[in-house]
Amino acid sequence: MSGLPGVWGLWGGYLPFFIAGFLASEPWRWGGALIGRDLDPQSEFFIWVRAVSSAIVAGLVARLVVFPTGAMAAISAPTRYGAALIGIAAFFAIRRNLGAGVAIGTLALIAGHFLIG
Amino acid sequence: MIEPAPTTPEPMTRMGAFWRGTLAMFGVPATVLYAGILGYGAFAREAGLTLGQALALPIFLQALPAQVVLADHAARGASLAAAALAVSLTAVRFLPMTVVIMPWLKGHGGPRWHELLVVHFVAVTVWIEGLRRLPTVRPEVRLTYYLGIGVGILSGTLAATALGYLAAGTVPEWMAAALLFTMPLTFLLAMIETARSRADHLAIGAGIAIAPLAYAWLPGFDLLLTGLAGGTLAWLLGRWRRT
Repeated sequence: MSGLPGVWGLWGGYLPFFIAGFLASEPWRWGGALIGRDLDPQSEFFIWVRAVSSAIVAGLVARLVVFPTGAMAAISAPTRYGAALIGIAAFFAIRRNLGAGVAIGTLALIAGHFLIG
Repeated sequence: MIEPAPTTPEPMTRMGAFWRGTLAMFGVPATVLYAGILGYGAFAREAGLTLGQALALPIFLQALPAQVVLADHAARGASLAAAALAVSLTAVRFLPMTVVIMPWLKGHGGPRWHELLVVHFVAVTVWIEGLRRLPTVRPEVRLTYYLGIGVGILSGTLAATALGYLAAGTVPEWMAAALLFTMPLTFLLAMIETARSRADHLAIGAGIAIAPLAYAWLPGFDLLLTGLAGGTLAWLLGRWRRT
């Protein structure tokens, strides 16, 4: 059992995650396998869905950096913002290389933490 | 970085194809994914999940962003419905992705429901590896090969989750912070990398701009609000710019 609040600690702690996780996402995969042949991935509906999905994930990124919790909260705001910007800059500078962007941004966070607090 | 594909498919048994597929877990796309997964493991611990729950989420969801969205909702005691809706909205993209990969998963000679099981492994990294590698494999064994890719990368994911989870509790705080930081950075850069339309780019910007305000105003529903408002705005602006 976990100490999670609300419904999340109930039913052994796994069923809520199964419902809001597996059951909330898997039907889209089944839909793709069953009826997908007749749907147009270029349609306006899919462009909208992609945009909503991107905004949710981008919003999550922003919140984790702007309102950090736990260990990240020990890193100052200028260091967090600076490291994110350095990571983005490194990504574009090194031929849109994901690994390089993540590695350099994370190293910048560590360096910033020890140099400017 | 990405090895060239052999031109003629070599004969393979089903089991051989499965094991060959699992080797994708050591490929470049999977390795980059693990960096973000370490951060997910650390995040799951700070969110208050048990190690078992932290490992269950990748098995249920097979999608790192959805896992973090779900763990985040649970940590803040959001309702089951709000969490399910937010997770579902991040998962709609699996439908077109599954449509794209289905032609490569047919021709296995088994019953159709096997396909429904294997599409559980439609998630960005596995999907990219599937599209890259399946054309080099004989049609009869493609389904088991893809299953191998999925199971291999899931194994690596679970190992990285456990490592991130356990490390977050033992390493110095600055190191735990660095682990946590890899996850949002991986998300952001992967989204920029895969953004195709103007609406995609606008949605990333709108999400970043709206989320802090939405969090201050409606915590618990902030990601849903951010997604619906920012995504719709980006879609409308993208449409307007196209016409």
